[in-house]
Amino acid sequence: MTDLPTGWDRLGLVLDCFLSDPQGLGGIWLRLRHGPVREAVQNLLADLPRKICPIHPNLEDRALFGGPDLAAMLADGQTRTTPGLAAKSSMFVLNRAECATPRFAARLTQMMDQRTHSIIALDEGCDGDDTPPTALTERMAFFVDLNPVSLRDLHPLLISPDCKPAEIDDQQVQALVQTAAELGVSSLRPVTFAVRAARILAGRDGRRQVTDADLRAAAALVLGHRSLPEDAPDIQDSSPPDQNDTNPDNDPAEAQTPDPRDLEDQLVAAAQTALPPDLLAQLAAGHRQRKTGASQGSGDRLRHNRRGRPKPSRPGRLSAGKQIDIPATLRAAAPWQKLRQRPAHTHLALRSSDLRIKSFENRSDRLLIFAVDASGSSAMARLNEAKGAVEILLAQAYARRDHVALVAFRKDRADLLLPPTRSLLQARKRLSALPGGGGTPLASGLHRALIEAQQAQHHGLTPSLILLTDGRANVALDGAGDRQAAQQQSNSMATAIANARLSAIVIDTARRQSPHLQELAHHMQATYLPLQLADAAGISTAVGGILDASG
Amino acid sequence: MTQPFPFSAIVGQDDMKLAMILTAIDPSIGGVLVFGDRGTGKSTAVRALAGLLPPIDQVASCPVNSASTEACPDWAELSDTSIVSRPTPVVDLPLGVTEDRVLGALDIERALTRGEKAFQPGLLARANRGYLYIDEVNLLEDHIVDLLLDVAQSGENLVEREGLSIRHDARFVMVGSGNPEEGELRPQLLDRFGLSVEVRSPTTIDDRVEVIRRRDNYDRDPAGFCAKWQAEDAKIRADILAARSQLDQITTDEAALIRCAQLCSALGSDGLRGELTLLRTARALAAFDKADTVSMDHIRRIAAIALHHRLRRDPLDEVGSSLRVLRALDALDTPDTTDDAESPAP
Repeated sequence: MTDLPTGWDRLGLVLDCFLSDPQGLGGIWLRLRHGPVREAVQNLLADLPRKICPIHPNLEDRALFGGPDLAAMLADGQTRTTPGLAAKSSMFVLNRAECATPRFAARLTQMMDQRTHSIIALDEGCDGDDTPPTALTERMAFFVDLNPVSLRDLHPLLISPDCKPAEIDDQQVQALVQTAAELGVSSLRPVTFAVRAARILAGRDGRRQVTDADLRAAAALVLGHRSLPEDAPDIQDSSPPDQNDTNPDNDPAEAQTPDPRDLEDQLVAAAQTALPPDLLAQLAAGHRQRKTGASQGSGDRLRHNRRGRPKPSRPGRLSAGKQIDIPATLRAAAPWQKLRQRPAHTHLALRSSDLRIKSFENRSDRLLIFAVDASGSSAMARLNEAKGAVEILLAQAYARRDHVALVAFRKDRADLLLPPTRSLLQARKRLSALPGGGGTPLASGLHRALIEAQQAQHHGLTPSLILLTDGRANVALDGAGDRQAAQQQSNSMATAIANARLSAIVIDTARRQSPHLQELAHHMQATYLPLQLADAAGISTAVGGILDASG
Repeated sequence: MTQPFPFSAIVGQDDMKLAMILTAIDPSIGGVLVFGDRGTGKSTAVRALAGLLPPIDQVASCPVNSASTEACPDWAELSDTSIVSRPTPVVDLPLGVTEDRVLGALDIERALTRGEKAFQPGLLARANRGYLYIDEVNLLEDHIVDLLLDVAQSGENLVEREGLSIRHDARFVMVGSGNPEEGELRPQLLDRFGLSVEVRSPTTIDDRVEVIRRRDNYDRDPAGFCAKWQAEDAKIRADILAARSQLDQITTDEAALIRCAQLCSALGSDGLRGELTLLRTARALAAFDKADTVSMDHIRRIAAIALHHRLRRDPLDEVGSSLRVLRALDALDTPDTTDDAESPAP
């Protein structure tokens, strides 16, 4: 078991384990895009001895949990209820899991917590930013990335989920706990899964006692994808982790080096042996895909933006584009049924006056994207002022319950420091950790902000851009130090932002007002605001006014 | 459904357990908010609480769990008026729940099949005299939050819709849990929770191993595991019942009252809800400790969980507000002499 199978074979192994104890292991998170491999997986799942019921994220409560069957009741006037899918099957395949809303996930996790149901989530997310809600993935033991699997890797898998879980001793449990701690997995749920997985893995091979190889395999299967060196919380210390964002190339050695915490040497040694050999490779793979993990919850929340308050349904006529609110209509009609109905006529008697039309008050959440120039020309002092300005705006954003995102550009690139979130604490942490120095890749910064804004629009937010810079673009999009090209590119990027109809503000942090920036603001159709003229309150009112006008 | 994980078998998380016990002793404290990372046992604790709570006596067929037939709402059609003992209701409020489901609505089924206008009680009715548990409370839709606030404040649910005009008691203890990383809770709702605790994963390896071990044992043999912990749970339950009956006898001396007021004014918490909660909680703790009177130590032990979510908050403040509460207490304590004499107000 030292060399753990990958890809397609790993799916076999994982399915085998999972089906031995579906309730205890919660579920499997499968990442795979649409294609022949996906079809193969679906065929595989359909052929399993267990009946697995497919569900999708838009499933209504009534379908899931059952309820009165209105159609049948109308047909024969008897009280009828339909059992929901939850009553019919104890195992679900959740298609398009990355689209699941937190509230749909909440229903599923409720069932998972009660250990009545387990779920195989098929996640078709293409790039890092689309993942199923963490509430869901947290409760699933396994993760398999099937995207690298190609058609010719496929072969029939033999699934024989029948084994007696082996015994595990305290020292082995301890080793798993320790491993999880070193990997920065602070939640204890995964460790529970790892213990179970180790016992099943051993039982599968006919052993009665878990061996170290089983531990290694279990740690790799269950803990591998959860390890997140980036914000690994310090288990011993419990102080909040230092955000170490400037170090995206996670040094694999770091994960393995035991911290000089006062742990018994023996434990460390045990944990070290428990670290699976291929975990490190997984770290690299997992890191990219978990990068958005930190603020994932809010990310999901954004995607399934508040749809505004449903207003009470109104009486009205059906016409194109209107939705009839069936329950409200029935409710309106229900009290009159006795009066309207002739004897022996049991069908529903609807009048047009009963029709109720759905209405929503749609209000989109606002996203403030801060694009902060951290270049050398922006100099430390000015950068601090810019940070101060952003903090004022953050406090305002808090009061208005806006979302914020943070893009910083320096040297030859722009980075998204903080994906859209409502957690202002994080925004502030990232901001204060922001280093300065290097050239001014203004165009890259604008480009990154534009991408972010467009994504936010897809997710139903109303993005606004706030650019803080001193305006001397000197690094072109390709990273070359070409001042002229850089200016040109940033201007055309500004035009692109204007075309995207983003409301924007340009805050000039230079000591003197920069004509370049005024020009840029003109291209962007943005408001130009020199920082040296504006004190804290000035910025607030200016930005507030602009946003209110735009939003 | 399988037996819930025993309350007493939860490792550590003393603040959370204490807060839940105190609200069980005195429901007027007004609910618990549990904020913390994933996998720290938030949901486990709430579900465990259901198994721990002493049963209530209620009218068998009453939709709002009334204690006597007189207390039943007039719209309820009582088919069985005998008094039965039932477990304290702990009702889950799932995210994405509809208004109808929370408040109750016209019973469509009966309206359609029998042409009767009847009220179908919602979750609030079921939670009366018990607990309402909202997982991921910070993700709850705003309009549902508004409804809950109204009802939690008045203790009564008014339904005026579709020609129905219904009211019924809805007194319940709200227990909310959530992960602060996913979004903040609206200040209005925050203030409505009596106590608030922050939970973290256990920090020492030994504790973590113990958690895993107990969980594993529970998973292998739920019934056996629960049986093993039954005595512990029963002891807590007995203590809760004893404390409830003692609650009225607890005296609060002037010094304790002054200390509560001093603390709240030093921290600048808005309104008087802070003082009231502080006092009630300290009293419940005194009763749980089998003390006769509220001591400074009682106040100190619950000050953080009763107050830290009420402080006027700088949204960008990074230091925990619990720390601020304790510091304020220390500042109040320093002029004190070693005995419990109360210093004059500064």
